[in-house]
Amino acid sequence: MAGSPAPVPENQSTVLLGAADVARVVDRIAHQVIEKCAGGGGAGDEGAGLPDVVLVGIPTRGAPLARRLAGRIAAFAGTAVDVGTVDITLYRDDLRMRGVRALEDTVLPPEGIDGRLVVLVDDVLFSGRSVRAALDALRDLGRPRAVQLAVLVDRGHRELPIRADYVGKNVPTSRAQKVRVHLAETDGTDEVLVTEERR
Amino acid sequence: MKRHLLEAADLDRADATLVLDTAAQIDQALAGREVKKLPTLRGRTVVNLFYEDSTRTRISFELAAKRLSADVINFSAKGSSVSKGESLKDTALTLEAMGSDAIVVRHSASGAPHRLAGWVRGSVVNAGDGTHEHPTQALLDAYTIRRRLGRLDGVRVAIVGDVLHSRVARSNVWLLTTLGAEVTLVAPPTLLPVGVGSWPVQFSYDLDAVLPKADVVMVLRVQLERMNASFFPSAREYSRRYGLDAVRMAALGDEAIVMHPGPMNRGMEIAADVADSVRSTIVEQVGNGVSVRMAVLYLLLGGSPQ
Amino acid sequence: MTHLIKGARVLGGDPADLLLEDGRIAAVGERLSAAGATVVDADGLVALPGLVDLHTHLREPGREDAETVETGSRAAALGGFTAVHAMANTDPVADTAGVVEQVWRLGRQAGLVDVVPVGAVTVGLRGERLAELGAMADSAARVRVFSDDGHCVADPALMRRALEYVKAFDGVVAQHAEEPRLTAGAQMNEGDLSARLGLTGWPAAAEEAVIARDVLLAEHVGARLHVCHVSTAGSVEILRWAKSRGVQVTAEVTPHHLLLTETCAESYDPVFKVNPPLRTDADVQALRAGLADGTIDAVATDHAPHAVEDKESEWAQARPGMLGLEQALSVVLETLVEPGLLDWAGVADRMSVRPAAIGRLDGRGPRSHGRPLTPGEPANLLLLDPAARAVVDPAALASRSRNSPYAGRELPGRVVATFLRGEATVLDGKAQK
Ligand SMILES: [Zn+2]
Repeated sequence: MAGSPAPVPENQSTVLLGAADVARVVDRIAHQVIEKCAGGGGAGDEGAGLPDVVLVGIPTRGAPLARRLAGRIAAFAGTAVDVGTVDITLYRDDLRMRGVRALEDTVLPPEGIDGRLVVLVDDVLFSGRSVRAALDALRDLGRPRAVQLAVLVDRGHRELPIRADYVGKNVPTSRAQKVRVHLAETDGTDEVLVTEERR
Repeated sequence: MKRHLLEAADLDRADATLVLDTAAQIDQALAGREVKKLPTLRGRTVVNLFYEDSTRTRISFELAAKRLSADVINFSAKGSSVSKGESLKDTALTLEAMGSDAIVVRHSASGAPHRLAGWVRGSVVNAGDGTHEHPTQALLDAYTIRRRLGRLDGVRVAIVGDVLHSRVARSNVWLLTTLGAEVTLVAPPTLLPVGVGSWPVQFSYDLDAVLPKADVVMVLRVQLERMNASFFPSAREYSRRYGLDAVRMAALGDEAIVMHPGPMNRGMEIAADVADSVRSTIVEQVGNGVSVRMAVLYLLLGGSPQ
Repeated sequence: MTHLIKGARVLGGDPADLLLEDGRIAAVGERLSAAGATVVDADGLVALPGLVDLHTHLREPGREDAETVETGSRAAALGGFTAVHAMANTDPVADTAGVVEQVWRLGRQAGLVDVVPVGAVTVGLRGERLAELGAMADSAARVRVFSDDGHCVADPALMRRALEYVKAFDGVVAQHAEEPRLTAGAQMNEGDLSARLGLTGWPAAAEEAVIARDVLLAEHVGARLHVCHVSTAGSVEILRWAKSRGVQVTAEVTPHHLLLTETCAESYDPVFKVNPPLRTDADVQALRAGLADGTIDAVATDHAPHAVEDKESEWAQARPGMLGLEQALSVVLETLVEPGLLDWAGVADRMSVRPAAIGRLDGRGPRSHGRPLTPGEPANLLLLDPAARAVVDPAALASRSRNSPYAGRELPGRVVATFLRGEATVLDGKAQK
């Protein structure tokens, strides 16, 4: 290795969302889901379409995010919504580049997803490949009436024609940057960081 | 995971657990589905290179590879260029030139998969070599025990029969002890290898003394030809001293299970009513074999660069 | 041609000059000179009597793709040998006067070492009836060592008769001690490692039982017995006991059994497959001690060339055997001289004097071997640089085969020159023919 004698500066991390921001963003998405999925009903009929909805998190961090979202929806609308997870590892088309990973849970409600409205939940929307893999996985798991997508952060740079129905925060980034989501369930704290990757 | 799966003795606790966990996740992902197929290994080619007849192992690997969308080539050494004297090395290089990413090999010579691994760039999976090892069998056995009993740590496993000639026994000795089980080998002294004292296991010549303390009884196939080489006097005597029948099964604890890697000699090492009892996991083992082999193929091939 | 060797340390002693003339050592002393002599600078080199191998497989006739008398002779000369005993398991088997004379003639044509044919004990090595031992003894090849090597003369009655019969011409039976019923399908030493590797075991008892039986037979009939490639601690014990009783038994050990252990088999690379198999470290230590105290008389290579296809295979399918001629002396340096178990005189004794005596090559004639490096004796000697070290490269070996178990291993010692009856067969580390 040809080492450079000059000291390499620490990677610069910027906090994009703090814990309170994350909570606020999740609340907003919950309201949007209620609004959009409530069906034709007017006031006083807020939760009418919700039993139809299944929130399906994409592991790792989409899974706790989906559970939180379900919790907030239940709090706001007074109606429980079904939650599941779908592991997409075996559906990825970039395994050769990424290397093998341990698989995570795929758990769906006992009623399944046939004829229902599936809202996929993920932490960061980037190239869109994870979402495509999740769509492939869903196709093998059943036939939903419709599929929507909710993400905490959309950082751009799509490689596929995919867009989110619910976005917590749009963050313009460069490809050299890295967006990292930390959640209390998996990382002990709620925050979204942007890191400059130094080469 | 390493690039090859050559022996269970190679697997540390983390690797072995990863295989079992992956198999469990695959089972969960496929449970209740109509389409039991995943796109994971699309475009990869798996060759089953079998120098010994073993339809059940070959089919299990074939199904595992196909459920992961790999292309599968079955290359039986019988009636092929191999029986005309082509060397293992030449065969391996030919298969690789045809684009194989993994070779699943069954061979009568101990160590043949190790040799193969030295000659090819792709992955090699040992599907049974001579009297050495059969690591995926041990993995599926461990997986079956864990599913039935919920754990492997501290589980007391008795492996009964022809340990000397058994690759299944060897692989299970290493894997199960790595995963925290306590293994006792039970056999007549002639069917235990010289050197068994250096293995991390107990051994006993008395099946009846071991059964009441066993959580798992794994019965090995005994070949009748062994009788002719004086490993034991007669089938009747073997069966009387080491066969698992209903009377012996009654000595087992309530939760204990009975396993057999197949194919069975009913009436010899295992009685028919034992093989068909609720304690028996023999049919489950077959199903679990596919999941475990999917896990192995995924872990070896899923991320390997071309 | 006349050679004047300047400043060689004979058996490691003080530097001296040696004048080689007319096939004999003409003079040994300080500041010798001779008009017209080729001068060989031996500063820092040790002079030893030409080595004698009791156990070489030259493969000709029959497997000339693996080795020929000529290529094997060249390998031997490069290893410092001036005489090798060519084993009888050729195709056809050397069980008649015709075949042993053919091998002997091929050796003379090659002219690099004296090739001394070994005759088979039984017809076709089949262990059923005696070959015409007397005819081979009386032939031009003057066979004195008889062996079915590769196979054991397992039948005790046949072994007794062979031991007795060869007394008539001062012959010796060299036994490959392996009870075949205990080694059916055997692949490696039987023990902890064979159990783990799933390779059928070759128990030490299969060797020791035959040696024990044979020393009792040799004692009973008052015959000479030679034991090939002793490989276990137990065998050394039995030999020690037999010698203490005055049994006329001699024994050899191979370089590989002095250096390598069964753990080599863990790779499943058949370059380490050999018969008898590599044993445990305890066996290796006992063999070194046995050679050092003289219980084992000789180092013999069991040089066993094999074609690539016979080694580049599964372990069980591969043929047993390894190359040895070119590294034998280096291995003895590594395992005995450098650790201080054997001095230079000891090396000369175990690799030249005693093997020559066992093969009855140590007479007074001009074609004798294993003689002291003193004036009047045949000029069979080698010059060794004990300080040199080199990594073994199978591709650089003179043998036609490549199955060296020492590939990639650094070993001490380099044979700089070898002289056969005054002619340089090796100079500057290069074969002269
Ligand atoms: Zn031999």
